[in-house]
Amino acid sequence: MIKFVPQLINLFATLILLLSFAMIAQRRIVSLINLFMIQGAALVAASFLLGYVTHQPELYISGTLTLLLKVVFIPLMLHRLIRKLNVRWDVETLINIPTTLLVGIGLVIFSFSLALPISRLSDSLAGGALGIALACVMLSFMMMITRSKAIPQVIGFLSMENGLLFAATTVTSGMPMIVEFGIALDVLVGVLILGVFMFQIREKFDSLDIRKLETLKED
Amino acid sequence: MSALGVFSQVLALVAALLLAPLLTGWINQWRHWLQNKSAPSLLQPYMNLHKLFNKESLMAEHASPLYRFAPYVVFGCMLLASAIVPTLSTDLPLSPAADAIALVGLFALARVFISLAAMDVGTAFGTLGARREMLVGFLAEPALLMVLFCASMITGSTSLTTMVETLAHRDLAIYPSLLLAGVAFTMVSLAENARVPVDNPDTHLELTMIHEAMILEYSARHLALLEWAASLKLFAYSCIGLALFFPWGVAEANAPLALLLALPVLVFKLALGGMLMAMIETASAKMRIFRVPEFLGTAFLMAVIGLLVNVLLGGK
Amino acid sequence: MHALSLVLGIPLLGGLVLALVGHWPRARDVNVGFSLWTFLAACVMTYEVIEGGPQFLWARQFYIDPLNVFLVTLTAFVSLTTAIFSRPYMRIEQDHGKMTPKRMRLYHSMYQLFGFTMLLGLTTNNLGLLWVAMEAATLTTVLLVSVYRTPASLEAAWKYFILCGVGIAQALFGTILIYMAADKVLGSEHATLLWTSLSDIKGQLDPTIMSLAFVFLLIGYGTKIGLVPLHSWLPDAHAEGPTPVSAVLSGLLLNVAMYAVLRCKVLTDSALGTQMAGQLMMGFGLLSVVVAAFFISRQKDVKRMFSYSSIEHMGLVTFAFGMGGPIASFAGLLHMTVHSLVKSAIFFTVGHATQKAGTQTMSEIRGLIKVNPAVGWGLMLGVMAILGMPPFGVFASEFLILTTAMREQPWATPFLFLALGVAFASMLVRVLPMVFGDTSLKRLAHPPALVPVFVHLGLGLALGLYIPPYLNGWYVAAARMMGG
Repeated sequence: MIKFVPQLINLFATLILLLSFAMIAQRRIVSLINLFMIQGAALVAASFLLGYVTHQPELYISGTLTLLLKVVFIPLMLHRLIRKLNVRWDVETLINIPTTLLVGIGLVIFSFSLALPISRLSDSLAGGALGIALACVMLSFMMMITRSKAIPQVIGFLSMENGLLFAATTVTSGMPMIVEFGIALDVLVGVLILGVFMFQIREKFDSLDIRKLETLKED
Repeated sequence: MSALGVFSQVLALVAALLLAPLLTGWINQWRHWLQNKSAPSLLQPYMNLHKLFNKESLMAEHASPLYRFAPYVVFGCMLLASAIVPTLSTDLPLSPAADAIALVGLFALARVFISLAAMDVGTAFGTLGARREMLVGFLAEPALLMVLFCASMITGSTSLTTMVETLAHRDLAIYPSLLLAGVAFTMVSLAENARVPVDNPDTHLELTMIHEAMILEYSARHLALLEWAASLKLFAYSCIGLALFFPWGVAEANAPLALLLALPVLVFKLALGGMLMAMIETASAKMRIFRVPEFLGTAFLMAVIGLLVNVLLGGK
Repeated sequence: MHALSLVLGIPLLGGLVLALVGHWPRARDVNVGFSLWTFLAACVMTYEVIEGGPQFLWARQFYIDPLNVFLVTLTAFVSLTTAIFSRPYMRIEQDHGKMTPKRMRLYHSMYQLFGFTMLLGLTTNNLGLLWVAMEAATLTTVLLVSVYRTPASLEAAWKYFILCGVGIAQALFGTILIYMAADKVLGSEHATLLWTSLSDIKGQLDPTIMSLAFVFLLIGYGTKIGLVPLHSWLPDAHAEGPTPVSAVLSGLLLNVAMYAVLRCKVLTDSALGTQMAGQLMMGFGLLSVVVAAFFISRQKDVKRMFSYSSIEHMGLVTFAFGMGGPIASFAGLLHMTVHSLVKSAIFFTVGHATQKAGTQTMSEIRGLIKVNPAVGWGLMLGVMAILGMPPFGVFASEFLILTTAMREQPWATPFLFLALGVAFASMLVRVLPMVFGDTSLKRLAHPPALVPVFVHLGLGLALGLYIPPYLNGWYVAAARMMGG
């Protein structure tokens, strides 16, 4: 059984990467939120599995925290938000999807090459997952840049946190508890603030199109 | 080249010829059942073939010799492809003739001929279908190659029989890169075999057709050969998928008992695969043609990532 | 009860109290009261450090040493003076209709909470908690920047959130990598993010991991410092928020981000043994100085101009720390201090000027000296100070930085001189007409609070002439710690 664990972790890592790509290629906002939820669930499964194998109860706590926050609460909040904001239409992208995917590939190669020397040094069970976590972070970052609506930017931001948490979980078996709580709190408050913001933006600009928010420039 | 080898090769060929229409019929049945319709008989494709072979062949006046022998070329390619893929046994004397890359080339050859034939008679729909088929093929081929490269990186060879042997003998392991390659392969096979969500094989609306539009003008034995070739292509793709991702049960050299068992195992695996395909088809809607590049682009990139993941994780 | 618990507890309490009562007319005084109390606690704590040396608190989770003690006092002090400035300023804003009582409540409570997060970040020993505090500071200031709810301020706040959020995520990745390096040396039982423990083993940390970690940390926290090319949120956020917020952002938050980078640089230098960290910082710093100086020459909005000046000065500080060595580090620390004081003083006067004129466009503000001589002279002196005129403190630190650069990094000096010169000329050209000349401005209903301006300028002048011995000792000790 133990022999399977590194492979299972790698499987989860690949799943998370796959979901990041699926989020980039996605056009509908509702599916975007659902994909984010599944990504959170994969992260929780990886935490629990690592916690079980390495006998570290902190990973259970951090997994539960992620479950409550990223799989239950935040997707619920986002669904309610898009219902209230009435933004169910297709996501527009600044560059078309095939090009986005190609750039994504470039980012993945870059992240993997960056992380390769380090993953050789790690002696935890899942050192190889660092490159994948970094790739997820980069892909979410790209999603934030190439989307022209506010909500996909928020989801990109949250997905970036997912990638970082995955890196923390697999490479170092989590971080000190207080830090995890702090991060969770920050994420929660951040999402709440963003939610409030979106209403404000919609009120003032009559749309959630980020391209309208480009008036402040150098003269 | 042992006698058993020759026998297993012939058996594989015959099995491909006979089982391919059965597979098509099975998928068709499940599609109907999942959509709550009453299904045609499982043997309906055989009856169609029989009917078509007994009809008189009509051809356009200006049809060139290419038009006449294209169906034979296509059928030959698909048959050869089915012969190379290790369906029942890895002891195939014909297998050194072509490895995975040449296999992709075989499919390409068939595609070229059928597109040329479609354009040959000069109808509008034929040309439409040919253009679309080339678009799909142009995008699907790199994806298929990447999937095969993924598997060959893990197994260290591009020969399909070696791949199957290596993968079947490894300890049970989960390869994340094969997961990605598997998803990519499913997408590619849906596209190449003209299935929903890329192309609806049941449609009668010519403007939405890709594959069907190319064979609109054919009749009788030529049409029968083309339909059979399409079934063979689906069969070959399914067997490639099974060989790469579920290689257990395929007989090795000098194992006549295993060869005997391989046939029911193959039928069982194909049945499951067919059900899965029918479910995917029912659950998806046909997408618009301009979305197809995105679909295939995603497949290609997933296969590339599978390759990269393999490099990163060191094949663990 | 230790002074630190007061230093952290009072702003937190203030934030909660003002969340309830922040809309009262007296709330402004309550705000000042909390800030005063915090400042007094910070003074007590500073006194304790003068007497007793570096201190650990609460199971080593908090650590006060020469590097952060003066920053803590500075933060508390500038928060206090900004709160004093904010009293009449926000009252006038409310009279002009730009603020409602509900938003005043948000403003006051976020102001105190922002102070809390900065002080937490400065005093914590745990690098992870430092990250959490930085992110929390970003969140509170996002709400503060957008408090006017105009389209421009919403845009600025959104951009700020997204860009700084992305940046800070990179910093989190860097922190995770540091944890991984510690894990390799100490084993997973004792692995820790406590800076002092990491500092004890810093020579053994793996160089590959630490170099990658530092790059991510520099990019992440560097976004919050405002290093070019990660700076694009800064002019918008500093210009569109209320002026007290611009003052604390320019004066204090940039310092805390710089402090975070410095803590990580100390670890990286020993782990790497090469000068990579310093060279990266020099590169980014120099780029920031040059680019910001040229942007200054194109500005029409007064607060944007001064925010580019903040980018320029933080770039100079980064460059100084990148050079390393006792003199440059000393100069960097001194520059951080006087820049805070002088820049916030400038923002105070600019705030009053823009309130009188009703606009932030420089071409429409004229003749401040005629309307209110104190504001006019305050602005004039402040700009003189920030441009590096002797005998203000900025001159002293810039002089030290430039002479060290000429000695150790001569290739950089032409760029520095060019940039400083361009900034000098551009700012003076724009500020002189604002201060002198004929005016159509009128006095405002409530007298502005100008005492903070002159207190800050006085301190800036004093530090240029004489540095108190304990402050000098802290600068030297901190510079020595950073020099390795």
